[in-house]
Amino acid sequence: MVRLITHNMLACHVKNCTKDNFPLSFSDVELVVRPAPENLEFIQRFLPKLDWSALVDTARSLGDESLPEQMPDQWTEEQLKALHHVLMELHVEEGNMTCRGCGHVYPISNGIPNMLLAEHEVGR
Amino acid sequence: MSRPEEISPPEIFYGDVEATKYTSNTRVKSIQAQMTRRAMELLALPEDETAFVLDIGCGSGLSGELLDEAGHVWVGVDIAPSMLEVALEREVEGDLFLQDIGQGFGFRPGTFDGAISISVIQWLLNADSSSHSPAQRLTRFFTTLHSALKNPSRAIFQFYPNSDDQVQMIVNAAQRAGFGGGLVVDYPNSKKARKMYLCLMVGQQEIPKALNGDEMQVDEDSSLGMKKRREEILNEKRRRKDQGGKKGGKKGKKDLDAKEWIMKKKELYRSRGKEGVPNDSKYTARKRKVYF
Ligand SMILES: [Zn+2]
Repeated sequence: MVRLITHNMLACHVKNCTKDNFPLSFSDVELVVRPAPENLEFIQRFLPKLDWSALVDTARSLGDESLPEQMPDQWTEEQLKALHHVLMELHVEEGNMTCRGCGHVYPISNGIPNMLLAEHEVGR
Repeated sequence: MSRPEEISPPEIFYGDVEATKYTSNTRVKSIQAQMTRRAMELLALPEDETAFVLDIGCGSGLSGELLDEAGHVWVGVDIAPSMLEVALEREVEGDLFLQDIGQGFGFRPGTFDGAISISVIQWLLNADSSSHSPAQRLTRFFTTLHSALKNPSRAIFQFYPNSDDQVQMIVNAAQRAGFGGGLVVDYPNSKKARKMYLCLMVGQQEIPKALNGDEMQVDEDSSLGMKKRREEILNEKRRRKDQGGKKGGKKGKKDLDAKEWIMKKKELYRSRGKEGVPNDSKYTARKRKVYF
């Protein structure tokens, strides 16, 4: 149940990993589409929090090409709906999220990412 | 009887049997729901907006269900796989993460509009297999949480400290991480009803009022906070208007039972024509495999 809305907010939290720690890249993904009730007002308010290029790249890596390269200045309802779909309806059920900075792999099983770190990876 | 956090770490204590027991126990459920509702009230998110909320120690999703009902989008983290398993079975709407909160979060700055945590943070101070000290874990936890919250926002923790020292340790760590706020103790004179809420604030905000009792403010003049805390007895006053028309006194949301509250909330959202008010329907999942 990793939705892209959450993935887009998630960086690696391994100790001293501050470079290229976002976004985590997906691999060996099993994707599930679950229709979610549309709340475009929420999506619109969420826009400033998004890292657009990370979102576009990630969506494309999962085979979804619906998002434009540049974040639109003026959103049409159609575009917001496409964004809703990408953020709220794509669920990564299985696979890995890998940090491009330190290489740490966060495995996803049953929709739940394992974020546990080894003791030496824990920051303080 | 010993408290669970003194027996073993949470991921071990809440094994399969405990997780199922915990989730199906009606008394536990109703207390948990009551505390969650109170935490959400203290969180004071805008009534008519969907927020992005972090549920710290989401367990089997008992609190998450109430966040769902309130129309919020949430992310839950928990260290006990069997609890998360139960949450999956219950088909909660939030994204779930297996995470040790003492190791900190990786969420980007300003991610969440608020955070709640029910009966969890005392675990950070007790039996643990980690080589990191409780103080280090608390610091890591609060620092990364502070960063993950937007400004302004709140994080509300209901918790069961077993001593004043524990309270002080937690409050100090939160303050050092940059949080303002303080403790709200509901019904401080009732052994049964007494509940402690740590209300942490990002940005300048007023500490919410306790129900029927004390508000213990964190002393801003003292770097040690709780050590020299002043206890202020404040007049009990409903801080927020009550939608149901009950005003003043000791009655309010707290006295509604869970079902009434949910129904009220659902009605409220529907009356506003809000789409996506969660109901009991299950979305059939359409599977699409992508390999690369
Ligand atoms: Zn990393």
